[in-house]
Amino acid sequence: MKCARLTVFAALFAALTAPAAMAELVLPWLSYRTGPYSPGGIPTGDGFADYLTLINERDGGVGGELIRVVQCETGYNTARGVECYEQTKGENPLVYQPLSTGITYQLIPKATADKIPVHSMGYGRTAAADGTVFEYVFNYPANYWDGASIAVNHMLDLNDGSIEGKKIALVYHNSAYGKEPIRTLEELSKKHGYSLSLYPVDAPGQEQKSQWLDIRREQPDYVLLWGWGVMNATAITEAANIRFPMENFIGIWWSGSENDVLPVGERAHGYKALSLNGNGTDYPLYDDLKEYVYDPEKFSGDGSSIGTVLYNRGMYGALLTAEAIRKAQEIHGVSNITSVMMRDGMENLVITEETMAGLGLPNFGPAFEVTCENHGGPGIGWVSQWDAHAKEWNFITDRILPDKEVINALVAEASAQYAEEQGIARRCQ
Amino acid sequence: MQQLLYAAEVSLNGLTTGVLYSLVALGYVLIFKSSGVFNYSQGVMVLFAALTLVGLQRGQVPFAHLWTAMFGTHTYFFGWTLAPAIAVILTLGIMVLLAILVERLILKHLVNQHPIILFMATIGLAYFIEGFGDLLWGSEVKKLDIGLPVGISETVEAWTAEWFGYGFFIDRLDLFAGLVAAVLVGLLTLLLRYSQLGRTLRAVADDHQAALSVGISLRLVWVFVWSAAGFVALVAGIMWGAKSGVQFSLSLIALKALPVLMLGGFTSIRGAIVGGLIIGVGEKLFDFLAGPIIGGATENWFAYVLALAFLMFRPQGLFGEKIIERV
Repeated sequence: MKCARLTVFAALFAALTAPAAMAELVLPWLSYRTGPYSPGGIPTGDGFADYLTLINERDGGVGGELIRVVQCETGYNTARGVECYEQTKGENPLVYQPLSTGITYQLIPKATADKIPVHSMGYGRTAAADGTVFEYVFNYPANYWDGASIAVNHMLDLNDGSIEGKKIALVYHNSAYGKEPIRTLEELSKKHGYSLSLYPVDAPGQEQKSQWLDIRREQPDYVLLWGWGVMNATAITEAANIRFPMENFIGIWWSGSENDVLPVGERAHGYKALSLNGNGTDYPLYDDLKEYVYDPEKFSGDGSSIGTVLYNRGMYGALLTAEAIRKAQEIHGVSNITSVMMRDGMENLVITEETMAGLGLPNFGPAFEVTCENHGGPGIGWVSQWDAHAKEWNFITDRILPDKEVINALVAEASAQYAEEQGIARRCQ
Repeated sequence: MQQLLYAAEVSLNGLTTGVLYSLVALGYVLIFKSSGVFNYSQGVMVLFAALTLVGLQRGQVPFAHLWTAMFGTHTYFFGWTLAPAIAVILTLGIMVLLAILVERLILKHLVNQHPIILFMATIGLAYFIEGFGDLLWGSEVKKLDIGLPVGISETVEAWTAEWFGYGFFIDRLDLFAGLVAAVLVGLLTLLLRYSQLGRTLRAVADDHQAALSVGISLRLVWVFVWSAAGFVALVAGIMWGAKSGVQFSLSLIALKALPVLMLGGFTSIRGAIVGGLIIGVGEKLFDFLAGPIIGGATENWFAYVLALAFLMFRPQGLFGEKIIERV
């Protein structure tokens, strides 16, 4: 009897301590499903998780390795984001998606020291586009400075190539995130001759009366919005209150989701926002998602955000991550890659029109290549406009390229300053 | 002259914004004045009331996400909508129910405890209500539409344009909020000052044990004041929710009420109103005058600086009770 018990214990011990039969590729997702910013955090996280569930269910993972998403709740709080990083880095993660510019700033030195890539898609520290300084940080396919330039280029398109003498106002979240475009807009104002006025809004941004009274008096030609959370809906409401023409009000891609316009109702009609990725569900990939994820009820969350702007953005982030894993596996000839190998995959990522079409998302995002020097991608974006009657975002422009001449110079300057401060030797020589 | 007109417009908007701050502060005052408890959860009650109102009005299935996760129901709406008035009445009923539950499950067990214990209990309550609200109605942003007037008041704009040559901006929602706040304050003042219930509430606030010893039902009083605070939270939730949608950041509006309380005093309804007006006008005027020089975004911190400046001269707040303890 004693012998039998010992055997059972031995078997249990062996089972518990033996390495897993199949390794998993771990992708942490620093989510925020609670608190004031949860309406933005939930759909983005659901899109990310659902795409990777599809990859696991349909393809058996990437290169035969299943993907495990490890969610850690940050509440969009920078300190908690850093805690999440410390908690999860022991699981051998391949890449971090901080989903917050504040958290990204904190993780850059830590993750670089730990040799774990950080992918801040469309947010984070813009200078990280310079791969010669930021070895483990990537912000492709576009960054804030690209966004600022795309907005200015859109205004140029609307004004026959000249916005000289125009007045542009920037209403921004008074944080590292909101302040990101200022330098670019200032540089572009020298080039194009417009005047720029700045209107910071403290978080959370429910009260913006002072800023909008001032805007009403100053009567700018265009207003740019760099907000997040409740700040966006409040800004659009206040703009409607002062009868500011919505077609001259342009938000960054984090100020252009359904959450930002639906609470404002019909008065948000015509509001514009930049886009990083396609909208809606009219893509072949959604057929697969339906078959492998939605119908078998393996989706993340309650499924209510499927096809929304932020859901699609989360899905796009997952797609780019999965493709980088595939690339890393191809480069190193192993399926169970490490974070350092993942960095190589990200640095050699090539996304073509054919890739996107083959993945079931034709024309969903731009074709681009990441290189050792350029971690930021091409910076291409679209302008979409909210149709309050149909309750949908519609693209109203073709792809718009940013002014890379100005932006590259700014990136080089900012990254050189960072390299000097941190004593970083340049790479990619 | 033009600058003076702008300053007048800013002040006017500061007054209307101050009324909105006062609406949130009133809930704190009601509970503190009547039971000596600083209710940390008042901001979350504003959120919960607004979430419930929208949920009922839209015909949302309560706990729909939970049912879906457990049974795969995927039914989020009943398919009907409620008239705003009915939804408001039902929400009020739910806020009363919440008050009863708070009394039964929390306050009853803390009679005669030190105020800090009661304060800590309300912190726990705040987190519970926030999570419960999320589970009950979901966390997506919701539009609150009960037919309130919104947008610029064209009448005020036209009048001021005619008189001064510059049309003032006033949000019609803010004007309506001012009217509602005036009625609310009038009713509450009458109730607390001239009714027997008012005297009862003051007795409980002074000393729980003494009130109990003369036969006052402490439990009934607590249910009443928490219900009244729930009603005030509903009004504040409607006004703020109509401005920027019903979302979880609504609970952060409590941060705007704290300087109002510091300035007006924790025990005065009049103080909540006057404090709100001073904070509203003060922060707007300061931002107007100093914002361009120091870079703007002054409102959040200036409200606290203003309140602290007042505290230096009147530690009990403008209308707070002066406490003299004899040694």
